Amino acid sequence: MEKIYSRTKGLQAPFTGGFCPGCFHGVISKSVAEVLEEMDLLDRAVCVIGVGCCCICSRYFDFDKMNAPHGRAPAVATGLKHGAPKDTVVFTYQGDGDLASIGIAEIMYAANRGENITIVFVNNSTYGMTGGQMAPTTLIGQKATTSPYGRNVAEHGYPMHMCEVLNQLGAPVFIERVSCDSPAGVLKAKKALQKGFQNQLDGKGFSFIELMSSCPTNWGMTPLESVAFMREHTLKEFEVKNFRDR
Amino acid sequence: MPKVEINSVTCKACELCVSNCPKDVLALGSTSNPSGYHFAVVVNQDACIACKMCAVICPDGAIEIYK
Amino acid sequence: MERKFMKGSEAIAEAAIRGGCRFFSGYPITPQNEIPEYFARRAPEVDGFSFRQGESEVASVNMVMGAAASGARAMTSSSSPGVALKSEGMSYIAGSALPMVLCSVMRGGPGIGSIQPSQQDYWQATKAMGNGGFKMLVFAPHTVQEAVDMTYTAFDYAERDHNPVCILADGCIASMMEPVSLPEFVSDEDIEKARDKRNYYITIGKGKHADGKHVEISSGAGRVKADVEFMKSYGDIGADYGVRGEVSNRSMAAMFKRWAEKDVAYEEYMMDDAEIVIAAYGTAARVSKAAIAVLRKEGIKAGLLRPILVNPFPTAAFKSLDPKKIKHILDVEMSIPGQMLEDVEHAVQGAIPISTCLRSCGVIISREEIVAAVRNLK
Repeated sequence: MEKIYSRTKGLQAPFTGGFCPGCFHGVISKSVAEVLEEMDLLDRAVCVIGVGCCCICSRYFDFDKMNAPHGRAPAVATGLKHGAPKDTVVFTYQGDGDLASIGIAEIMYAANRGENITIVFVNNSTYGMTGGQMAPTTLIGQKATTSPYGRNVAEHGYPMHMCEVLNQLGAPVFIERVSCDSPAGVLKAKKALQKGFQNQLDGKGFSFIELMSSCPTNWGMTPLESVAFMREHTLKEFEVKNFRDR
Repeated sequence: MPKVEINSVTCKACELCVSNCPKDVLALGSTSNPSGYHFAVVVNQDACIACKMCAVICPDGAIEIYK
Repeated sequence: MERKFMKGSEAIAEAAIRGGCRFFSGYPITPQNEIPEYFARRAPEVDGFSFRQGESEVASVNMVMGAAASGARAMTSSSSPGVALKSEGMSYIAGSALPMVLCSVMRGGPGIGSIQPSQQDYWQATKAMGNGGFKMLVFAPHTVQEAVDMTYTAFDYAERDHNPVCILADGCIASMMEPVSLPEFVSDEDIEKARDKRNYYITIGKGKHADGKHVEISSGAGRVKADVEFMKSYGDIGADYGVRGEVSNRSMAAMFKRWAEKDVAYEEYMMDDAEIVIAAYGTAARVSKAAIAVLRKEGIKAGLLRPILVNPFPTAAFKSLDPKKIKHILDVEMSIPGQMLEDVEHAVQGAIPISTCLRSCGVIISREEIVAAVRNLK
């Protein structure tokens, strides 16, 4: 009997704790590790981890990693890329509060400079770690602890579409939004991640992959309900597609 | 004949594997693990086609597949 | 040794390059603009050097954090409100136990203050560069030559301590031109040889570390991994974040103690027969020396006690001033209220009367003011 699917070497030995049940951070971080293993990059990758639930990844990832201040991961990655060996893959792993709110300047300028790095952006429409506050990506009408009556446009504006925003810039070479709500989506996400890492190895420049996620805990749903909500609402607001592939 | 192995300690009973299995091989069990989750169990091994969908979607890397 | 006539800012940048600096990132703010400008000009001429203009002070200090993590000697510079913005990154760098150099070129404050020279960021540099109670070695040059020598060796101190080092200059030092002797270039091989191979940050992106694990740089408990000597006495401390953070802080406290014992540096200028002691650093000390020349001609026995590093502060030197001999201490600073004054008071403990001669917010203190202030001491 042959083992056809095993836990990736890119994740540390199983432990209890970590992400909440059904959190897509788990799926995404696992997929990142699997892609690195498949590309034989586990000894040549450095992940700059953002602040928020992303931090939990530092307990899972079994490759070099570094924690950045909230939102600053693209700036840290810019510096890290300078001194790291040439064949190192430097990527950030950030959530939507980290990347699209406090770190909006850092992501825009790393993208605009066309830094040869890869961005893994997990969008779950909320600040998970701090308890479900309104995020830049919270949907209109969606409730959060700091928008208890639902996000309204008059007060809070519209959700930030980071792929679309970055697609206005000249330098990025790869921009894609994927969703991990199904196994097929996960496999597509892995392809996008692989492309993002390969671009860096080829010296092509800035790659950005946005991975749609849910947050069952802070959305107040079971994992399966959160998947249904994603399909019904989130993925209608955030269109899954490739924006750029040069 | 394919075989699904679920790590009963790290499974968090999110049910994503159960809902994504095309052959209804999996279900949530009735006993709980040390963390208090009613971990997923194999209820219909014979129907498994080793499509790996459950393992791919498992957020905790708790599923391994043999063929 | 190359002799050149150079502007302070540019001399600092050149000294950094010669000291092995291979990454610089900064953001425009007066009066330190010539530092990033010089690095940008020199970048293509220096092998392995990268310059990045950050989108903000915040981003630039974080780029330096990343570069430092990759093993490159890295530096940033800024002025008062800009340094305040860098405090987030500085705290993370200290927490992660990464070496780097910050050049803080002080201007008037608080807030936007003025763009002229000042010494109003003494507290910021010595006591509160960021959250969490970390400190840095803070060098306070009073000539361009001194700024060169301090910047050149700052990287060695940073790597020795796994901690950021601050060059605390002011608009005068950065803007004036003086003849300087430039030190020799430190080669990448020299740096590599001198380094402690146990340092975990050197191996990032290069496979597993010597301990068989992948590198993890985290600001929570950086010193647990960096301070190998200190950790010998601890053994295995487990994985608990709180415990690791606390042990890391103990390593930091031990380092501060070592600084106070070994790294204190000060200059005694005309102190042998002094009855009046001027306490001043940086530009204020420089002007004080000119004032002392005038006072000596008048027969007033004035001397200068100048901290070369303002952290660790030469507390013992001030404490040992003999009240029978020294009639008065005059604290001279370009800051209102006096900031170093508190450290002087703390050291002297009321044994000798202390007066002040202060200017602020971009007003450069004059020789005549200091002379007059000393004459008025009774």
